[in-house]
Parts: sequence; C-alpha cells; structure tokens
Amino acid sequence: MAVSSSSFLSTASLTNSKSNISFASSVSPSIRSVVFRSSIPPSSHRRVMTVRSKIREIFMPALSSTMTEGKIVSWIKTEGEKLAKGESVVVVESDKADMDVETFYDGYLAAIVVGEGETAPVGAAIGLLAETEAEIEEAKTKAASKSSAAEAVVPSPPPVTSSPAPAIAQPTPVTAASDGPRKTVATPYAKKLAKQHKVDIGSIAGTGPFGRVTATDVETAAGIAPSKSSVAPPPPPPPPAAVNGKATTTNLPPLLPDSSIVPFTAMQSAVSKNMIESLSVPTFRVGYPVNTDALDALYEKVKPKGVTMTALLAKAAGMALAQHPVVNASCKDGKSFSYNSNINVAVAVAINGGLITPVLQDADKLDLYLLSQKWKELVGKARSKQLQPHEYTSGTFTLSNLGMFGVDRFDAILPPGQGAIMAVGASKPTVVADKDGFFSVKNRMVVNVTADHRIVYGADLAAFLQTFAKIIENPDSLTL
Amino acid sequence: MQSALSLSFSQSSLPLANRPFCSSNAAPSFTPRNLRFCGLRREAFGFSPSKQLTSCRFQIQNRRIEISASAGNGAPSKSFDYDLIIIGAGVGGHGAALHAVEKGLKTAIIEGDVVGGTCVNRGCVPSKALLAVSGRMRELQNEHHMKAFGLQVSAAGYDRQGVADHASNLATKIRNNLTNSMKALGVDILTGFGAVLGPQKVKYGDNIITGKDIIIATGSVPFVPKGIEVDGKTVITSDHALKLESVPDWIAIVGSGYIGLEFSDVYTALGSEVTFIEALDQLMPGFDPEISKLAQRVLINPRKIDYHTGVFASKITPAKDGKPVMIELIDAKTKEPKDTLEVDAALIATGRAPFTNGLGLENINVATQRGFIPVDERMRVIDGNGKLVPHLYCIGDANGKLMLAHAASAQGISVVEQVTGTDHVLNHLSIPAACFTHPEISMVGLTEPQAREKAEKEGFKVSIAKTSFKANTKALAENEGEGLAKMIYRPDNGEILGVHIFGLHAADLIHEASNAIALGTRIQEIKLAVHAHPTLSEVVDELFKAAKVDSPASVTAQSVKVAV
Repeated sequence: MAVSSSSFLSTASLTNSKSNISFASSVSPSIRSVVFRSSIPPSSHRRVMTVRSKIREIFMPALSSTMTEGKIVSWIKTEGEKLAKGESVVVVESDKADMDVETFYDGYLAAIVVGEGETAPVGAAIGLLAETEAEIEEAKTKAASKSSAAEAVVPSPPPVTSSPAPAIAQPTPVTAASDGPRKTVATPYAKKLAKQHKVDIGSIAGTGPFGRVTATDVETAAGIAPSKSSVAPPPPPPPPAAVNGKATTTNLPPLLPDSSIVPFTAMQSAVSKNMIESLSVPTFRVGYPVNTDALDALYEKVKPKGVTMTALLAKAAGMALAQHPVVNASCKDGKSFSYNSNINVAVAVAINGGLITPVLQDADKLDLYLLSQKWKELVGKARSKQLQPHEYTSGTFTLSNLGMFGVDRFDAILPPGQGAIMAVGASKPTVVADKDGFFSVKNRMVVNVTADHRIVYGADLAAFLQTFAKIIENPDSLTL
Repeated sequence: MQSALSLSFSQSSLPLANRPFCSSNAAPSFTPRNLRFCGLRREAFGFSPSKQLTSCRFQIQNRRIEISASAGNGAPSKSFDYDLIIIGAGVGGHGAALHAVEKGLKTAIIEGDVVGGTCVNRGCVPSKALLAVSGRMRELQNEHHMKAFGLQVSAAGYDRQGVADHASNLATKIRNNLTNSMKALGVDILTGFGAVLGPQKVKYGDNIITGKDIIIATGSVPFVPKGIEVDGKTVITSDHALKLESVPDWIAIVGSGYIGLEFSDVYTALGSEVTFIEALDQLMPGFDPEISKLAQRVLINPRKIDYHTGVFASKITPAKDGKPVMIELIDAKTKEPKDTLEVDAALIATGRAPFTNGLGLENINVATQRGFIPVDERMRVIDGNGKLVPHLYCIGDANGKLMLAHAASAQGISVVEQVTGTDHVLNHLSIPAACFTHPEISMVGLTEPQAREKAEKEGFKVSIAKTSFKANTKALAENEGEGLAKMIYRPDNGEILGVHIFGLHAADLIHEASNAIALGTRIQEIKLAVHAHPTLSEVVDELFKAAKVDSPASVTAQSVKVAV
C-alpha cells in the first residue's frame, strides 16, 4: 500500500515538475508582450501633434484574455535610460504571473506615466518612449499633462466635471493646538489610504496623537467605513470609544445574517468602474418605434446564409451613423467633438457573470455576410476569453439588444468614451393606425438611444433615429 | 550576531556584511568531514528528545556529545594552563569549544556577560520567538487567507507581555542548553571580562591564565550613529526591541537590512505602522536586486509601511515633555536637511559594531580597523605591522568577515582544525544567510550583479535559473504561492555561484544549495537527486532541473577540487 501510493506520488511529481520547468522558463525573459503605439492620435493633445516628433506611448499590454487592468510591478529601466530593441522595460503583473514587457523600438524611456505599484487598464499609456535624447524633455511635459489630466484611467480621459472628492474633503479646519503653520503629519497607512481613495491628505484634520492624520481620519474623509481587517490594536490600551463610535455610524447598512460577499471578478470590477464613471456624463434618451415586418422578411431570407439579427442591426446602425457622424462622435475633454473616422459598433454580450462588448469594426462598410461571420468569431472569442483589447475597446457606438427576452423597451447606460448607445427591445405585433385611419397589425420594436448631450442634441438623435428606422423599414439597402 | 555597521555607508566594500540576525539553522557550511556525520544525527537526537529545538546548533551539540563523551576535556598540556582559551561564549565561542573538546584539547571559555552572547540573548533566538508570533498574527488577521482555507476566526488579538515572555523564555532555555552542553563536556567556563596580556597569556577578572592558542570571539553590539540619542524607551536598539516592552503605534526603523526588516515584520503584525529610513537609494540593499524587488512588493508595499531612501537620520531625539520622537533627515549625498519626522518610537537598526574595546590588543600590537580585528583567511590575527600574531585567532562579528552566528561557529571550528594539525580554510561563499520575515528570504553565495562582475573578470558565462512557489504543490496547499527561487550558475561546468530564495520556509530550503556549494557538487550531479513529493524542497529541485549545463557529466570528476 505504502509502496504503491508512493509510486503514485512520484509520478505526480514528475508531471508536476515538467509543468514547473515550463513555468520557470516562462518567468525568464522569454516572454514577449509588447505594446507600443505611435502616439499621434488623441486630439486633445493638438499641440503635441503638430510637433511631429517620434514619441511613442508604451501601453499596458493584455497579458491574458481575462486581463482588463494590470499592475506595474517594477520599471526595469529608469527615466532617461537608453533602450535597445528587445530589452525588457517594465514588469507587469497580470492575474497569472509577472511578465517582462520588451520594447520593439530603440530609444529612450522618456517618462514613466504609471509608477510602480500602480494599476492601469489594458491599453492605457504607462510610459513614453522618445526616439532621441532631445525629445525626452518634450515627452516629459507631455507625460506631465497626461498624468495630471488623467490619473491612469481608461484610455478616454475622464470628463472635466470635478470629481466628488473636493466636496467631501473638508476645508482645512483650524487645529486648536496649532502653533503657526505646520506641516501635516500622516502615518504610513494613512498616506497609503489617501492615495488609494484619492483624498488630499493636506486637507484632512488629524485626530491622532500630536494632531497627526491617522488611517481612520482618511477613511472618514473618504466617507468609507474603517476596514474591518485593520489590525486590532493590542488589547491592553482600551480602544478610544469615541473614535469607534464615530466610525461605525457610517452609512453602510449592516450585512444581513447568512448573506455572503462575493468579490468582483476583474471583468466585473471593470464594469463597475465604467458604470460609476458614466455618472459624470450628462445623458438623455430618445425612443423611436420601428416597423420590422420588412426586416423580419429579410431576416428569414438571409438567415440560412448565416446572417444574424445582430449583424442586421449593427449594419443598419452603421449605415445610419454614416449619415449622422455626430452620433458616432465622442466628447473626450468636455471642450470638443472627437469625430471618429471609423464606425465601430460594439455589441453588448452577456457572458457567464460578466458583460463584454465585442466590436464590429467598420460596420457600415462590411457587408452583412462578413459582419455575421465576424460576429460569430467575436462571440466565440468572448466566450473563451480570448478577445484582444482592440476587439472590445475600440467601439464608437454601442448596441444592446434584449429583444430576445421579450423586453419591450429599456434604457442603456452610456459607456464612457462613446457618444451614444442604442437599446433594442423586442419586435411585437402591434395595432397601428396609418395616416388614413386604417388599422393594421404590424411588427414593431422600440429602440431607445442614450446619448451624451454635450455633443449630441435632441434633434441630432431624432434625425439619426429616423434614418435608422427608414433603413430598417426598407432593408434592401442592407444587403447591398 | 547582526549586521555590520557598514550597512549604511560602504556597502560595496563589505558586500556580505549586512547579514544579521543569525539564522538559527546554522549547520551546513562547516567541512565535508562534519557533514559525513549527518546520517547519525537522528540517533544522536534520540538521547536528548527534550532538546529538539529549532536551532541546529543543538543538533551539532548533541552530536558532539555522542561523539566525544568518552574523550572528555583533554588533559592540560605541560607548559600551559589550557590548550585553548576562548574569549567570549557566544555562538562562535561555543562552537569552537565543543569542537576543541572533541579534538581532545583542554579548553576554557571566558564570558563577561551571559553565555550565548548576542545571538542567544539579544539576537537571532529571541527575535525568532517574536517572528513566530508575528507570523501567526499575520495569518490570523488575513481574512482572505483564512477564508481561502474555509477557516473562520474571530478577531485575533495578543497579549504583549505574553509575547515578550515567549521570547525571553526561549532565550533562557537556549542559554541553559548552551551552558549545560559545555559543562557536560568539561569546558571550563570562567566568568569575567577577558583581555589579552601578551602572547598566549590571558587575564580575566584578577586571574591570569596561559593557553597554547587563544581565540577572540567577543562579538558585537548594536551600532548607533552619532546624533542619535538612545533612551531605551522610545529610541531603542534591537537589544531593547526584543524585550517588547511596548508596541508603538508608529515606529521609524533606521536601516532596512535584516534586522530592520525582521522587526518591521514583527511590528506591523502587532499593529504598528512603520517608516523605514534607509541611507542607500533602495531598500534591502544587501539582497540580490531581483529578490529585494519582490520582497519589497510583498513585505513592504502592501503593509502599513512607508519609507525614505537616500537619507540619513542625522538627529533623533527621544519623546519627552509631551513631544513625540523627532527625527531629522538629511540627504545622504548632499547632507542638506530634507525632512523632519514625528513618530512614537525609533528603532536603530543600522548594523552592528564590533565589541573589541578593553581586549588588551595594544599588548600585542594589534590595531583594530573601525573596531574590527584584522585577520587572514585562516582567522589568524594580523598585527600593526601586517605580521601574523602567533597562536592568536579572532572569529565571528569581532573580525567582521561575515556577521552571522553560524559563520562565527564555522570559523571557530576551522580554527580548531588548524590548531589540531589540519589546515583548513573556510569557504565563506558557502555560508547561507536568512531573514525570517513572512515569507522568509535566504541566500548563499553571490548575488547576480556580483556573479556577473566576477564572470566578466574571469571570463566565464553566467546563467540564471528561476522557479516560482506558484508552481509548487505544497506551497499552494498552504496558500502561500508567493515566492521565487533563483540560481546563478556557470553553464560551462555546472558550478553553483549563488542561490536566492524568497518564499515560504526559504531559510530551511537554502541548505541544499549551500551544501552543494560547500561540497563542490555540480548541478548535473545534484539534479539527479530525488525529492519527496509534495514538498517545498521541490522548488529547489526545479531550480537544479531548470538549469542548462553545456558540459557532459564527465567534467564532474574534476569538480571536486573546491575550496572548503
């Protein structure tokens, strides 16, 4: 018995060791994930554009299919250091392992935008690469504007609306015991929390010993309940009851007995983050009924050829967007329209426990069959978590369809960085009166578009919807 | 035995000096001869089951009892009171004394304070007790970790005095064991401060004795840079900290070497917040850069710790008159004032200074260098004219070669080998070192930059193999997959140049590598050795297996010629 079990164990050990070896080799710098993009695009940096310099942005790579954000473990190179093609520049932590990221270009690491220990979403610029030494300075200024504008958020910079932080931060109160201006003393953990919750530590009144700012002060200022996991102070000194009492009066309701807490997955965290972010955009909604008899007839015809309803709708939306470019635009900085040259229709898909929006690129240009094919491919990838970042982040307009559930109408939330999203309800037989007063029963669906009112106005959206309805009602153009 | 005072200053000149709080697992690096007895260890243990302590010192000691019990302390030689006089009964002196008795020498050991020295009383031993507590506290407080096991624990707390008692009880126990082991063998333990009066002549108290050979093993004391006022309450050294008389809310730790790092582990687990002050530009300067990077990610960043690097604490004033501890920071390079900190306590962990004052070194014309007694590779003391002082040796922290308890002991054994007629040079590169944080850090041999520099000079190639704890079954079973093992080796002949481990029980895992270095075992040989599955030792096994050695196995025959 003992012998047999031990021989079993040793076999297991062998297989184990094999996998380990491959792991070991994967830790060594054989991993090549490179993410460089020549940075000319963001229209908000118009001045930089005109300089035509060769400054490249180093982007947070997607190291695994499930990775939506990554943490910078360490910068192997320092600012100003020369880089040769193929050298490791930065170590990024994904959900699976730490990986070295190498450069494809020679040049200089001009600026580090996202520092060690910080996280950035996939695709966000984490550093800048200058081609010549002379460009380092320029890149640095660029980096400075970048990090001040957007603290490593989603590729699209956040709207200018001031974040709620200032509202919460109290005005510096006059500390009773203060003798003249003195600097804020904050404990190490307080500083960490302040950074994490983006609270200006200078604006917090310290209640700790010698007026120092403690972790509890920061948590109170950030409006969160003190973390339970914080180390219980050694029992002998009785915990200050006053502080505890204050701390527990925060607005989170107590957990009901038997309830369980399941932390977000990476994807769910990303959704949550995007949803919160969407609150800062002023949106409005316009609904429109569309007759679908002709579309349904067309669908029956093309269905055997593999065309899906999603492709039909995406194509129709794409064609309508082509005529109303403003609905396909986005507002990046609160000051300007960013017109997108491509019409990329993102389509929301629910995948077990998550939500992702694979993108049908150039939906207006591709024909129905190609679109359908493309869509199947994307859905397959989404299910197996193999979507590349550009396949779910490059959307300029989003389509969300709950019609298959019988939903007759719903509101969608506008994803950050886009101008409009269309919510499609079910197509249902509806009694319709025509202009002569004759009643008939027609299949009808309600589409409801949510748009960013900073760039898309009511009339724009109405006109867009009218065009869309026309295309759906006379769908022959879809097959052209 | 703790780290050198050079920690903050000339790190490059003494690359190995930043070591410290002795790892209690001393064993492997002695001589092949000793290692041959390893197989007997189990039997040796059978005779003294009550002494199964973590300290390997005891394994050695017990073994010695077995081997030499019949020999007893040697008969006095005719012209001298003793064959060997050892000044200082720390771990180094103790190791030397036991080995001397085994070799038939009549031995005396002089101690002016308590048997056991720094390691047992104010260093490695009590700190391990505190770290054992901090490790459990940390684990119990980690909700996520507990939940992953399906364990439910209500709030974890501790009783400070109880923790402190555990540390002092452990020190007492080990001290008694040490004393008893020497008494049992007939080593004369003489009480008083020892000093060298002349060649082969030593004074302790009012007594003068003669010995054929003399070993100085007086060790070291915490080094406190000038400008820092230690009051023992709010500004303290490791001596005070180990008594754990208080757990401050916020403590600044000056120095981020082993001592500082271990104490940061203890204090943060007990609820303190910690601020590191490090003179060099990065934390944990003595470690392999890759290891220190990872260690920073695990041991510093997620904890309630912040740090100031590239600064000296030029002035530290203890808390008094209702004011907190004030620390003035100046730039390490420009000396410009940089910042002032207000904290509840400050721990000075800037290394250790040799304890060599009052040793009567002037009587034999020996000049210390920054307090250290100069010695050659055989631990023979060198006098002011660069000549060897006959019959005088210095081991351990007092010579500053490698400030680790087990290194001192190994040096002592090496000296005894020499005085009993066997030439012996200790290979310091085979001496492992460990830092007992959670998880632990351990290393032996060269760091990667050191190896690359050596390779450049001597014209050979260097390769690196790495394995992760994330792929180790046992580590994952413990939910402790964070960790890395790294081996630096020569691909041309399979020589191991250095091994660095960060992860669960790293301190225990290093010995396979240090033994291999000590014995000159090549990778192509050791990779065929079998490891039980599933164990953490497979992390090291994988390391050997991941290495790619060019040469055919036939080279190994010549490889045995190693410096030991």
